[in-house]
Amino acid sequence: MAKIIVVTSGKGGVGKTTTSASFATGLAMRGHKTAVIDFDVGLRNLDLIMGCERRVVFDFVNVIHGEATLRQALIKDKQHDNLFILAASQTRDKDALTADGVGRVLDELAKDFDYIVCDSPAGIEKGAHLAMYYADEALVVTNPEVSSVRDSDRVLGLLASKTRRAETGNGRVKEHLVLTRYNPARVQKGEMLSVDDVREILAIPLLGVIPESPAVLSSSNAGVPVIANKDSDAGRAYEDLVARFLGEPREHRFIAPEKKGLLGRLFGT
Amino acid sequence: MDWLKFFRSEPKNTASIAKERLKVVVAHQREGRTNGPAYLPKLREELLLVVRKYVQVPDSAVHIHVQREAGLEVLEMNITLPETS
Ligand SMILES: Nc1ncnc2c1ncn2[C@@H]1O[C@H](COP(=O)(O)OP(=O)(O)OP(=O)(O)O)[C@@H](O)[C@H]1O
Ligand SMILES: [Mg+2]
Repeated sequence: MAKIIVVTSGKGGVGKTTTSASFATGLAMRGHKTAVIDFDVGLRNLDLIMGCERRVVFDFVNVIHGEATLRQALIKDKQHDNLFILAASQTRDKDALTADGVGRVLDELAKDFDYIVCDSPAGIEKGAHLAMYYADEALVVTNPEVSSVRDSDRVLGLLASKTRRAETGNGRVKEHLVLTRYNPARVQKGEMLSVDDVREILAIPLLGVIPESPAVLSSSNAGVPVIANKDSDAGRAYEDLVARFLGEPREHRFIAPEKKGLLGRLFGT
Repeated sequence: MDWLKFFRSEPKNTASIAKERLKVVVAHQREGRTNGPAYLPKLREELLLVVRKYVQVPDSAVHIHVQREAGLEVLEMNITLPETS
């Protein structure tokens, strides 16, 4: 039976798609058959980050409407045989996704996948609601910044009340905090909320801290999820995150400022 | 004029301001959220009635929080009394 994980945040632009792409790729790298679905109807993005934009023929909405089979719409990742992407539709019709339709697609995927990762759109409207509705677990992506933390807390409220698990009284959606775009140097200067601050405010278990990193942009330029860049701090942070998700204890790295060399100290760079 | 001020960077800890503000905002958001037992809103109402037998307080004077920490649920009640003048 597949596990469904939503990657959600409330606030836009905090790193949901970046996280979905690396998380799904990481699960696949560790041998789990994984599907990642873009729920951002009208603003397809995940295909670009995964580097498969030229191979999108059918999308999520086509499958829901019976215009294509799931098999036809799933795009197999070039690097990993056990990783598949389902692209969002570019339609501007807000009602293209229905609870029933999404449920049917997830049920069908659940038959032969280990993990289904749902990349939520921003906001708390329909798309975000449907992305989280069927979830077993949630990665709550948060930036160390006031509006993002507040929105994450709103989302926690929704996860606890507006999901299938909550509505059927079938336990709760397991929440994980993913703190992204973290800048340890600024935290040390007192300019940015620390991991502990955010943890204390949201009071959910921390799954990973992803540093602010130039590697994220270069990876998205290339269409390769940053986790594949094993020399990068963000890539290694995502790899740790996946390991922890799978139950392997890993220390949190990249939460202290890097020690500066003599030159760095002299010139304060 | 203190020219030195131009060169000294004032170490303002804005992160701690952010944290305090967020604590307040999040506490408010969490009130009345349905993650606690279903009787919470009613409990709050009745509590308010009892308190008002003795002292006039506004609706916002009674705060109820349910906190989850490491699998433990803690029900916290807070009643703010008006300042005696
Ligand atoms: N750790 C990071 N370091 C640097 N830049 C990052 C990091 N994570 C994300 N970004 C950048 O932030 C921007 C938004 O990221 P992303 O698209 O993943 O966010 P999102 O939450 O999916 O946005 P939306 O709400 O629009 O779907 C992108 O330009 C991305 O490159
Ligand atoms: Mg996105």
